[in-house]
Amino acid sequence: MDNLELKITANEVRKGIVTAVHSAKAGHPGGSLSAADIFTYLYFEEMNVNPEDPKNPDRDRFVLSKGHTAPGLYATLAHRGYFPVEDLTTLRKLGSYLQGHPCMQHVPGVDMSSGSLGQGISAAVGMALSAKISGKDYRTYTLLGDGEIQEGQVWEASMFAGFHKLDNLVVIVDNNGLQIDGKIDEVCSPYPIDKKFEAFNFHVINVDAHDFDALRAAFAEARQTKGMPVAIIAHSVKGKGVSFMENNAGWHGKAPNDEEYAVAMADLERIGEQLCQK
Amino acid sequence: MSEVKKIATREGYGDGLAELGAVNPNVVVLDADLAAATKTGVFKKAFPERFFDCGIAEGNMMGIAAGLATTGKIPFASTFAMFAAGRAFEQVRNSIGYPHLNVKIGATHAGITVGEDGASHQCNEDIALMRTIPGMVVLSPADYVEAKAAVKAAAEYEGPVYLRFGRAAVPVINDEASYQFEIGKGLVLREGSDVTIVATGIMVSASLEVAEKLAAEGISAEVINIHTIKPLDKDTILASAKKTGKVVTAEEHSVIGGLGSAVCDVLCENNPVPVCKIGMNDVFGESGSAAALVAKYGLDADGVYRKVKEFLNK
Ligand SMILES: Cc1ncc(C[n+]2csc(CCOP(=O)(O)OP(=O)(O)O)c2C)c(N)n1
Ligand SMILES: [Mg+2]
Repeated sequence: MDNLELKITANEVRKGIVTAVHSAKAGHPGGSLSAADIFTYLYFEEMNVNPEDPKNPDRDRFVLSKGHTAPGLYATLAHRGYFPVEDLTTLRKLGSYLQGHPCMQHVPGVDMSSGSLGQGISAAVGMALSAKISGKDYRTYTLLGDGEIQEGQVWEASMFAGFHKLDNLVVIVDNNGLQIDGKIDEVCSPYPIDKKFEAFNFHVINVDAHDFDALRAAFAEARQTKGMPVAIIAHSVKGKGVSFMENNAGWHGKAPNDEEYAVAMADLERIGEQLCQK
Repeated sequence: MSEVKKIATREGYGDGLAELGAVNPNVVVLDADLAAATKTGVFKKAFPERFFDCGIAEGNMMGIAAGLATTGKIPFASTFAMFAAGRAFEQVRNSIGYPHLNVKIGATHAGITVGEDGASHQCNEDIALMRTIPGMVVLSPADYVEAKAAVKAAAEYEGPVYLRFGRAAVPVINDEASYQFEIGKGLVLREGSDVTIVATGIMVSASLEVAEKLAAEGISAEVINIHTIKPLDKDTILASAKKTGKVVTAEEHSVIGGLGSAVCDVLCENNPVPVCKIGMNDVFGESGSAAALVAKYGLDADGVYRKVKEFLNK
């Protein structure tokens, strides 16, 4: 996909996020929207995956370690063809396979269940390790929140990945600067994030999470990196694309009401129209 | 029983893994800096390319095991019961139990026979913790032979399994050549009509000793070895309870939430009979030799004998 197609797709993913969370009357729009471009780049450009064959043993893997942003992953998977986009409105409802947090047994395309922060990265390390043991060349990607990296387990996993030189592993940190209780550097600062991963023997790349040229370059650099895992620190805007949600911790885990939903969709429609005029 | 050979069940874990590794290339063993103690070192020596030391990071080890399992490996994640079921409870619950992944948790040094290390390392809560996780199989072998067989049965079973092993040498009561392990199958080791003793782990050999002593006094005790706490063999327990009308449970674990509680659940719901639960009575252990500790806490044959007599004389 070229950048314009990626942008248009990411905008559709954002609509899917807002629509799903509005329908569920609950869920996490902020961190889903900040990661929408990353999700889109991974599933439409970077990863070797096939929605027709979601369990192929040689596929690339993705673990959403920040599992609360399931709406972002689900909207991306739906638009990629893993399941109908209409199903997004069943999010979090009784009987739906779209559980509040990703459940690998029920959602096509979900490679690992997650939701308890700090755990997904360990599973991703296990997947990358398995490829090394078996001499397979699939790659493993995992997305973490910048608040999530306060969990000690993240660093246990990073120590293992760095020590075992898992160069088939890419850890992406969605650095939107916010967690539930406020700014990450006011709650309990994890900064400097890049230096921490460097200290755990990662190759670190800082990138603008909303610039597809930059994302393309970062993931290409990650592929070329040999002998060490890669950490991509993606500088993002929480709530990106929805005016009133941007940079607002209050929209971490709250659903828009009907009026707010209308404003949000109008914002995204406008962005979509601007893109189509290009 | 002084003539009987004694070997720790953790030795069965290590030897079982090594035998398994030779026939199943998917078996991968993880440890958290305790390979010498958990006996995974035996596997490490034989298959170094399939052994990974995660360092002292048990939560991460459980997650790595989960990730390995999603790709078709059969990981055995090993550490002391305290850190496997205790420290890493939530990782086991969410990263292994919830997605029902094919991870085997090899938990050694369970119970008070850890001995000198004391209460911080004596896990008397692991059965309770693990059996509450939906879909988790909980195995608690009685001797070296059964431990080894349990390792192989766990590998053949598809899904999460918690295996509980002890540090101290215990009598070998099974014959390796003829022993068959079936997950979920209670074993009536001795038939009797006056009282049923349902035992697990190291309490099985002690219970057999007690039954022998009771027999000399004309009391006929049935002894059931429950090597699978979950799924529990309800039929065998109920049939025996129906016959004897009195049930004693014996475990090297807290009386809260362990084998005794599981047996009471089954009896209460189906055929209530008087029960006497033998185990750690809501207390922490302490330092001492394994032998001194089981004597102090009533978990040796003498202690069980006294409790059974008290129960029968009530
Ligand atoms: C272990 C754990 N503790 C707490 C929570 C509750 N929780 C859900 S999201 C969240 C904040 C996450 O912030 P961040 O990682 O920055 O995510 P993002 O900003 O990308 O949404 C918390 C504390 C959880 N899911 N898991
Ligand atoms: Mg954040």
